Amino acid sequence: MLVTNLISVARTMHVNRVFPGVAIPHILGNPALPPAEERALRRTLTERALRLLTQPAGAEGVDA
Amino acid sequence: MLRVVHYVNQFFGGIGGEEQAGVPPRAVDGPLGPGLALQRHLGDAASVAGMLICGDNYFAERQEAATRALLGLLADARADLLIAGPAFAAGRYGLACAHLCAAAQEALDLPAVTGLAPDNPAVEAYRRTVTIVRTGPSAASMSAALERLAAVGLKLARREPLGPPDEEGYLAHGFRRNTLVAHSGAQRAVAMLRAKLAGDPYATEIALPSFERVPAARPLADLSTATLAVITSGGLVPRGNPDHLKSHVADAYGRYSIADRDELSGDAYEAVHGGYHTAYVNEDPHRLVPLDALRALVRDGALGGLHPTLYTLAGTGTYPQFAERMAHEVAAELRAAGVDGALVTST
Repeated sequence: MLVTNLISVARTMHVNRVFPGVAIPHILGNPALPPAEERALRRTLTERALRLLTQPAGAEGVDA
Repeated sequence: MLRVVHYVNQFFGGIGGEEQAGVPPRAVDGPLGPGLALQRHLGDAASVAGMLICGDNYFAERQEAATRALLGLLADARADLLIAGPAFAAGRYGLACAHLCAAAQEALDLPAVTGLAPDNPAVEAYRRTVTIVRTGPSAASMSAALERLAAVGLKLARREPLGPPDEEGYLAHGFRRNTLVAHSGAQRAVAMLRAKLAGDPYATEIALPSFERVPAARPLADLSTATLAVITSGGLVPRGNPDHLKSHVADAYGRYSIADRDELSGDAYEAVHGGYHTAYVNEDPHRLVPLDALRALVRDGALGGLHPTLYTLAGTGTYPQFAERMAHEVAAELRAAGVDGALVTST
């Protein structure tokens, strides 16, 4: 599965499982947060992204 | 009489097969191999003054040196036209043919033409600058390819304009030339729509690129027993980029072991990528490759395990054919290793 911010590009390429990340230069991070909070955010996002692997592709392909 | 020089690889030059793919460039007087058939197609209009032969691996591994040497040989031969290949679907050979044609045009102002199958990786890279005759996928269509190469080559050598791609048998350069037609755009669009609705054939005036739909892999039943691989197109590499991965137009990917580590430090890693501001990832590589979070998920039993290799490249300006080839390679490796799924992080 793909973690990206360029969701429209992923759709054009028919990527089957897409998870929207935080921002282009830090797809699974947020430099504005204190380190511990950033790590916690990354943990949450990674977990939610991996969950897409257990779901069928398509309808729930992009997690809001 | 126009002088044609014919470039072929070690196989078509009669030197040998793969085991001879490292032979350096050399010139031979007169036609040989497919040059003989090319001469027949050229008839009295031109003569194949000589052949240039170079091993596919030699060219691929020493592109600049090989090109320089071949351009020198071309100049010595006083060529009026360079015909390269045809290479059909062969990747290394096709890239060599196309690259040499491009270089000959630029450095020697020499008309040049090659022949490639439409899905040859060299096509996307060179179609705009090099005239590429469309061939079938294999040397079974050699005769037809040589006939087109001769016809198109002669026009180029005489500096005559080429007709539309479909008529002349070459791959569209991607340029659009304005012409006057009898019907307005609105009339043509409506006619096209009526044909489409009636199920009649119609020809689009603008062909959009279409990307293959890959069927989705079946969902994993249980992440807690799954092994995942991590792949990134954000260009994360060990500091110093030891394998010199390109920052754009990637044609190769890196494979780096993450088996022995739970973290990726900014001291040991950096992002080499021409398409985004890499400072944040250089500061903390986990922002691109979340190894810390993944290891924590494994420790907590939420995820079974991680594949020991990280796959990486800079995914900007990548040719789709190259991406496809690399994906097939990595997928085969993951399959063989019993990996259940992959996390691909992008930008």
